[in-house]
Amino acid sequence: MKARVTVTLKNGVLDPQGKAIEGALGGLGFDGVASVRQGKVFDVEMRHTEAAAAQAELAEICEKLLANTVIEDYAIELM
Amino acid sequence: MKTAVIVFPGSNRDRDMFRALELVTGSRPQSIWHADATLPDVDLVVVPGGFSYGDYLRSGAIAARSPILKDLVAKAAQGVTVLGVCNGFQILTEAGLLPGALMRNAGLNFVCKEVLLETVTDATRFSLKFEKGQVWRCPVAHHDGNYFADADTLKALEDNGQVVFRYANGTNPNGSINDIAGIMNGAGNVLGMMPHPENLVEPLHGGTDGRLLFESLLSKAA
Repeated sequence: MKARVTVTLKNGVLDPQGKAIEGALGGLGFDGVASVRQGKVFDVEMRHTEAAAAQAELAEICEKLLANTVIEDYAIELM
Repeated sequence: MKTAVIVFPGSNRDRDMFRALELVTGSRPQSIWHADATLPDVDLVVVPGGFSYGDYLRSGAIAARSPILKDLVAKAAQGVTVLGVCNGFQILTEAGLLPGALMRNAGLNFVCKEVLLETVTDATRFSLKFEKGQVWRCPVAHHDGNYFADADTLKALEDNGQVVFRYANGTNPNGSINDIAGIMNGAGNVLGMMPHPENLVEPLHGGTDGRLLFESLLSKAA
């Protein structure tokens, strides 16, 4: 079973890289961009065949390693 | 005072730390490989600077899950003194030994320069040889030194006297909240700091301001 984990900075946590990208897009003339937040994507292939088991293990994986929950949120999407 | 330095793949300030510790304590620190299971019986364990695991995932994230960290967490709970410098600070926060997190520098650049630090409190084993409020020179070299903690954590750190070192006189190089350069845990035996006191301990470094930190630990252990 394939899964995609997305890790993003929590709201209110300054994202200087997102800000720099935002500035560069403005410089390129993309006037439609209001703001950019940068994050990370992990494509994980799980051995589980049951979605609930995969979801539960991925949540633990996110808490223990993939996300630093002091500053980051995560979202799990089973594909 | 018996000391040990943990070495990870990608540590690069470990030898600077060996030299500073040997200079101040008069005995050679033990070098402990990250894959080892247990730390020796020492008074001080140092987690040195560098780029453990190439800063993959997040600075310090992989190192914080190394085998030796289990024993470091156990030893810290027993009251052994732990000092994390630069990447070591990042590793200690990732391991949950210190609150908060170290994020990308606000200016996005790697900073390698000298800053001024204020010793906020001299009532710790890491700072007792300083005067309270003393401002001293210290080098920094990092990309992810922007300390962040949520408002409640920050208030607790400030109220409990856990902020030990602050960037002084407008020299905050990374956007760190409240100008925080170094914090300790509630029990007072674990300290993490981004600046490198080990790199200003002998006249050839251009100064010896950083020695006071190691001399504090030495006098505490004596």
